[in-house]
Amino acid sequence: MTEPLIYELSAAGRRGALLPAIDVPETALPAELLRDDLDLPEVSEMQVIRHFVKLSQMNHAIDKGFYPLGSCTMKYNPKFNEDMARLPGFALLHPLQDQDSVQGALALMYTLQTWLAEISGFKAVSLAPAAGAQGEFSGILMIRKYHQERGDTKRTKILVPNSAHGTNPATVTMAGFQAVELPSDANGDVDLAALRAACDDTVAGMMITVPSTLGLFEGHILDVIRAVHDCGGLMYMDGANMNALMGIVKPGELGFDVMHYNLHKTFSTPHGGGGPGSGPVAVGDKLKPYLPGPVVEIVEPASDEDDAPLYGLRMPEKSIGRMKAFYGNFGMHVRAYAYIRIHGADGLYNVSRHAVLNANYLRVKLRDTYRVPYDRICAHEFVVEGHFPDVENVHALDISKRLIDFGVHPPTNYFPLIVPEALMIEPTETEDKATLDNFVEVMKTIAAEAREHPDRLRSAPHTTPVSRLDEVRAAKQLVLCCRPIPEWAE
Amino acid sequence: MSYIPHTDVERQQMLAAIGVTTIEDLFEAVPSAHRFPRLDLPAPLSEMEVAAELQALAEANEHAGDFAIFRGAGAYHHFIPAAVNHILLRGEFYTAYTPYQPEVSQGTLQATFEYQSMICALTGMDAANASHYDGATSLAEAVTVALEVTRRKRDKIILSPAIHPHYRAVVRTYHQGTGVRIVGDAGRADISDLTDMLDEHTAMLAVAYPNFFGRIDDLKGLAQKVHAAGALLVMVVNPMALGLFKPPGQLGADIVVGEGQPLGIPLSFGGPYLGFFAVREEYVRKIAGRIVGETVDQDGKRAFVMTLRPREQDIRREKATSNICTNQGLMALAAAVYLSLMGKHGLRQAAELCYHKAHYAAQQIDALPGYQVDQSKPFFHEFVVKCPRPVDAINRHLIENGIIGGFDLGADYPHLQNHMLVCVTEMNTRAEIDALVQGLKEAAND
Repeated sequence: MTEPLIYELSAAGRRGALLPAIDVPETALPAELLRDDLDLPEVSEMQVIRHFVKLSQMNHAIDKGFYPLGSCTMKYNPKFNEDMARLPGFALLHPLQDQDSVQGALALMYTLQTWLAEISGFKAVSLAPAAGAQGEFSGILMIRKYHQERGDTKRTKILVPNSAHGTNPATVTMAGFQAVELPSDANGDVDLAALRAACDDTVAGMMITVPSTLGLFEGHILDVIRAVHDCGGLMYMDGANMNALMGIVKPGELGFDVMHYNLHKTFSTPHGGGGPGSGPVAVGDKLKPYLPGPVVEIVEPASDEDDAPLYGLRMPEKSIGRMKAFYGNFGMHVRAYAYIRIHGADGLYNVSRHAVLNANYLRVKLRDTYRVPYDRICAHEFVVEGHFPDVENVHALDISKRLIDFGVHPPTNYFPLIVPEALMIEPTETEDKATLDNFVEVMKTIAAEAREHPDRLRSAPHTTPVSRLDEVRAAKQLVLCCRPIPEWAE
Repeated sequence: MSYIPHTDVERQQMLAAIGVTTIEDLFEAVPSAHRFPRLDLPAPLSEMEVAAELQALAEANEHAGDFAIFRGAGAYHHFIPAAVNHILLRGEFYTAYTPYQPEVSQGTLQATFEYQSMICALTGMDAANASHYDGATSLAEAVTVALEVTRRKRDKIILSPAIHPHYRAVVRTYHQGTGVRIVGDAGRADISDLTDMLDEHTAMLAVAYPNFFGRIDDLKGLAQKVHAAGALLVMVVNPMALGLFKPPGQLGADIVVGEGQPLGIPLSFGGPYLGFFAVREEYVRKIAGRIVGETVDQDGKRAFVMTLRPREQDIRREKATSNICTNQGLMALAAAVYLSLMGKHGLRQAAELCYHKAHYAAQQIDALPGYQVDQSKPFFHEFVVKCPRPVDAINRHLIENGIIGGFDLGADYPHLQNHMLVCVTEMNTRAEIDALVQGLKEAAND
């Protein structure tokens, strides 16, 4: 089953949406400035609906089945949150209105800032970053500006463990620092000796993911933080995996200076097929003046209990600046607000408890079939090796593709880089025991097939609209657009 | 409300399988002094109660559903066919993630490929990526591409002051750590002042089309001048205007960026929006972000896949030029559905309605005593009104009459005190425009 391109459904003169007739006198159009042609499809509304519905059916999604994509927290996305973000008072609100006319939106953002600060144990939050990667970037820019304002300009390095997300070293470079990779020890923790050797007065800070991308709570996190602070560096926590930590530990209380959230992971604002995300950044006292802005503050306290205060948007005093136009991905803030409000403190604590319970259950059930390189109690996810010592030429990729035939989205594969043939499995708390048990059975079936019918894995998937793709051709013979672009004469 | 399905019996079975007694036993690696802190959050509520709370917050805002709105300045109230939202609410789209596994992501991949194709058609460029966060970050990423194309041997960036102030601020945020010189936008430079700044250190020159004040500048010959200096021409464009005006590809642009929000995405207090990003073919391998390409599967069937992946951060790590990972996938889908529904004729018609209504409004306002509209240059759907009183006083009067007035330019442009940027779209009826004119007339004398 494949679907034609929308352009292939087009026929000259066909219309979809209709607009009202013009109700003002016309003004002459400036002929010399107008374009000759506009190469968009000409299709009816029903064609558009059928086309995109058919396309949607070619996707795997949380709403269709298990999606244990490690480090992405593919949990259930409550339908309610979608309705709330679409309330006209939010969806039809212009970002540059006068402050008096947007007090409801500002109140929501202020409250969300407060809750995110409380959950992480930090002093202040900015909702400005548009995604986790932007949260990281703003955090490292704050560290940079903090040192510069103190005249401490020789700090040019940021330490990054080798288990880090790829965004971490890329962020470091983007902010004008040099990334220094740190090895992991035999337990999958940061190698403390290597860390201490790397700590000197050229270190601006360290970025670390907690729990790590191996799904492990860092065994000596307080020692790591102390080592970096002792040499004058600041500690950045990548909060991509906060789904394991709510009500379990507050990163700000451990001594971290700054972290970012991924609202689309922990607070289930949906992933949208690859965004929009939202990456609020939380800081302690040291970095508070540097937050990206604007942030929401109380401009005038409430005069009495029944009254609301007056909220306003302010740039923090030494802000690193704006991360995007306006104030972050507000639609995601509404969803995260709804999610936190429905859960409360106990609910969020239960989310993290069950995320960790589910991951450990799968780890224990799978460890006799797949090698678990760091086999200790894990957090919300764990990593297995997707190969077998007694089978040649069956790889993590083949296991992944075969899982698709059983209706399961493959785990994150070939990451983290420090585990050979890595399959990173994150079940999330919203999956029930029956789904987990089924996944275990499927993984065991695939392991048996690897020995008896390895070609079934190598040629998988067999049940999808298309088979494995020629990715080399895609990169060599680049086709990024289906329409001919005119040769413009300069 | 709980989304956790476990029963007590299942929990016990799972704990027994793991070999621990309680879930709390799974957290011993967390330093004990800091384990299980109290979270000071309000008590949980049911869906019904949260809905009431959020409805109250939403209704505390004065929004474009209840008010006639004449504010644009980078975010626009346009018609969105109902079908767009119905497609966005397909769980198969919005509860999927980045299409790492193409065999189970052909829906997202093909829709993205179609989006890229429509962006190429609109802009007249060879290639587009799957999106950036918004128009502002697209511009910041264009700066990176220009620096890379000139191999970091050039360090000067010229920005027109008539680019959205937030976009220019974001460029400064992004590039504060890398020693780039950003010039051109401090004063009132026009296009010829900007080209006078071109030199052998210049990596790019960026202009807006239409510019922040709604005007269509005369860009004839600009590309030749920029290219003669060995720099790239970057254009920040409004996609709705491209329904009517010459595509930037035809004007010689090397990189075209802009805010895709007018293409079927609601105002939503500033986000999530859609940063589109298109380039000439020779720069494709330098750009950041996800790109979808066409290929075939093992049976020769046409299929789509994320391509040029080795540019990206998860593979190239510290050598990547951007850390972007997630983009605005669902918003790109919205734009693709919107552009399909509007089509060749619908987008042109919407753009023409904007044009005619804005010009009607400008003429009426210019005729009011005390108000002046400079109509000497062509404009699209926004124009600058010189007002007889401070803009905020005028807007206070308007909002009491059910109208959200224009944007106050004074804060971002000190020489434009008492100047208002008015935006008129196809959503504004003649009756609304007449009410605005009447309101402005009254406000002049309040």
